[in-house]
Amino acid sequence: MSIDIRVQSAAFDLGAEVNAFATAAQGAGAVVSFTGVVRDLPERALAHMEIEHYPGMTEKALSQIAKEAMERWHLARVLIIHRYGVLAPDAQIMMVATASPHRKAAFESADFLMDYLKSRAPFWKKEVRYDGRVDWVDAKDEDEAALAAWKKR
Amino acid sequence: MVEVRYFAWLRERVGTDRETIDSSASTVGELVSDLRQQSEAHDLVFSDLSAIRAAVDQELVDMDHPIANAREIAFFPPMTGG
Repeated sequence: MSIDIRVQSAAFDLGAEVNAFATAAQGAGAVVSFTGVVRDLPERALAHMEIEHYPGMTEKALSQIAKEAMERWHLARVLIIHRYGVLAPDAQIMMVATASPHRKAAFESADFLMDYLKSRAPFWKKEVRYDGRVDWVDAKDEDEAALAAWKKR
Repeated sequence: MVEVRYFAWLRERVGTDRETIDSSASTVGELVSDLRQQSEAHDLVFSDLSAIRAAVDQELVDMDHPIANAREIAFFPPMTGG
């Protein structure tokens, strides 16, 4: 299967995943990967992040996004791993990897996947601070603007 | 009867992650009007629709989307994946 989508609470081994992906994409020539990491708040105030998702819709949305990228950039292979649940600062949240015969296609499609899954995959982040404060992370206007830009291209 | 699901802060403020309500609404927007009658908490949650996204049978849709024969309607804030 050239599209691999995984939604899981468990951590993943970034190095092993990228190696396995590159091996499976043999002949493609270019492999790009991006990893999202839990960012701490100023003064290391973040106790942990909680990620909620919509089981069923999440997998559907990620598959659609991956399929669109595959077709638009003629990719050899796409991998998306996204975690949910409780994540400590500096924990890896998610990764995407793309493989293509061409470097630009691999970079661009990875960027596209990130822009799309940021505001079209049903995940919601909540920041829990050591002082007890809890905030749902707000979506940014620039995230929607990034999507609109892909449509124009 | 319609199966309604809530996520993130909508779930917290409505006080449940799912409920089944008796509604003859034909669009998502009409269903929202019915839901606002359910309780003060519902009314407050749906007071600013620009902060809310909807999905019909797990597909993101606009508020004027029809809900005929839909199995599940979900409401949630703008998504923050990645």
